[in-house]
Amino acid sequence: MSRKNRAEAVSGWLFTAPTIIVLGLFLAVPVLMAAWVSLSDWHGVGSPFSSDVSFVGGQNYAKILGGGGLDEQNFGTALRNNLWYVVFVVPLQTAVALGLALLVNGRALRGRGFFRTAFYFPSVTSSVAITVLWLFLFSSTGAVNKIISWVGVHGPNWFNEPTGLFHLGAGNPPAVLADHTMLGISWWEWLAGPSVAMTAFILLAVFTTSGTFMLLFLAALQNLSPDIDEAAMIDGAGAWTRFWRITLPQLRPTLFTVLTLGLIGTWQIFDQIYTGTKGAPANTTLTPAYLSYTSAFQSQQWGVGAAIAFILFGIIVVFTLLQRWALRERPVSRRRMRWIEKGSVR
Amino acid sequence: MPDLRAATVAQAPGPGRRPRRLTPRSIALLVVGIAIAVVYLLPFYVAIVNAFKTDQDASLHPLALPTTWTAAAFGSLFQNSDFGIWTMNSVIVAVFVTLGRIFFDSLAGYALARLRFRGRQTVFAALVAVMAVPGVVLLIPKFLVINQLGMYDSYSGMIVPLLVDAAGVFIMKNFFESIPVSVEEQAKIDGAGTFRTFWSIVLPMARPAVVTITILSFQASWNELPHFIVSSSSPGLTTLTKGVASLASGALSAGNQYPVKLAAAFVMTIPVAVAFFVFQKRIMNSSDGAVKE
Repeated sequence: MSRKNRAEAVSGWLFTAPTIIVLGLFLAVPVLMAAWVSLSDWHGVGSPFSSDVSFVGGQNYAKILGGGGLDEQNFGTALRNNLWYVVFVVPLQTAVALGLALLVNGRALRGRGFFRTAFYFPSVTSSVAITVLWLFLFSSTGAVNKIISWVGVHGPNWFNEPTGLFHLGAGNPPAVLADHTMLGISWWEWLAGPSVAMTAFILLAVFTTSGTFMLLFLAALQNLSPDIDEAAMIDGAGAWTRFWRITLPQLRPTLFTVLTLGLIGTWQIFDQIYTGTKGAPANTTLTPAYLSYTSAFQSQQWGVGAAIAFILFGIIVVFTLLQRWALRERPVSRRRMRWIEKGSVR
Repeated sequence: MPDLRAATVAQAPGPGRRPRRLTPRSIALLVVGIAIAVVYLLPFYVAIVNAFKTDQDASLHPLALPTTWTAAAFGSLFQNSDFGIWTMNSVIVAVFVTLGRIFFDSLAGYALARLRFRGRQTVFAALVAVMAVPGVVLLIPKFLVINQLGMYDSYSGMIVPLLVDAAGVFIMKNFFESIPVSVEEQAKIDGAGTFRTFWSIVLPMARPAVVTITILSFQASWNELPHFIVSSSSPGLTTLTKGVASLASGALSAGNQYPVKLAAAFVMTIPVAVAFFVFQKRIMNSSDGAVKE
């Protein structure tokens, strides 16, 4: 290597050294340490690498995934809560973001800059501040209940109501659902849906993230060439058809991104629980991320906490892969190819 | 017969091109837009308005303007809590993290964009891999490392792990790649070393990206919560996020004391709001994947 090239190589390593050190030390190494802790019986005192700490294999994992104790039940509850949260938030925030982007992008709307700012502003604020706001808005005498009382609906005491959405007004559970359990809670509980308290958090999530994703969709929409849309218009396609057949398919990459980011984000909800309800009421806002934190930092069960974190990691990976598979580009079917070819020989 | 008028109005997007007529369609869209904007802005109106009420007024009439405007909540906030300390800590952390990220992210971004060294591809791949690890999963592990390094409960533990962020390196790298190589070649011909070329020639040309990094880093460090939870525990090191979170769980004695909590939320949002309004074009145009969770 010539002297100039060697100097350049040295600079290259020097320039990237801080990044490598910081990210390696505080992102890569922690994962390895946590893997060890999740397989050990460390109790938070001294170093996890000392000789007092022993390898216990999958014991921590077994405690959460089976074992019939409180650990299993808490984990099952947390999983159920977060699952419903994901199921509601991801489609909602994606749809709302796309809708807002379409609204702001349309040429007929005046003052687009103002609307873009208004819709994006919640995303800039801290989750702590918004949660404080939410606790006030959704209190039993709060603004939300006041507004819906204008249409005659008596609002619940949101953050203190543990009943699941799908259980509102339901009677006694059928025996087959109530008697069989998975991860410590009955199937009846699994199918309860998010609790009313969790629903308030769902609305919070849509409120704060739709703006960010709206920007992603906006950027994509502005990169679309108007030619295809015009051709469809000339062919007589109505606005709805044009949206589903022309615009949306071209947004597939952005949709992918928004869904992936949404999945990754919703499975990790922590700040709002820590600030607002800390798992209450009746553990219906408990989430795996928060449970991991409390198991380790409060109950000093570091192995269990680390195990929960890794299971969460696995869940996120699985969901992301599932989503990629579900939205993959499918080859055009033979029947459709023939129909397309027939149409071009006019 | 399709409406070709719509097709002919389709012009290339550009500033200042507005439809001249106030069509029913544009009125309808405006109404929809305003309705949604009201929903998005109402929470902030409610927060500000209720921060200036008495406790009772806020509980009974959450939507109305205050019957009497009072700043008692703000006074109580600054006197009965450590709000001043929290602010100081948030400022310290935000300043150091922002400066650090500007410096280190642009260094690494430049190296990955322009400098040839063996292993450059590996470093880049590792960067992408690191971005894939979900943040909250690292909560416990980061504490373990910080603790082992003896940085727990200190400013270094709060600041150092945040000094670099992978997304920022990406943004800088992408921007540096768009600067013409001829500029650097000219500098080399004039005898400038690598760092000199970077610091005095290329970095000033990357001003838009640097401004973006500045705002995003400030926002991220000001609004950060989980990292401060695991990196410190003494009251003297509490930041605004941790402090206001403790307020929300009722650390200021009994009673619903909403005005005080709302005042806290309001004041802590002011810096990021100001930064946002000043630089909004910059923030809203950088959809380079720096997304907040």
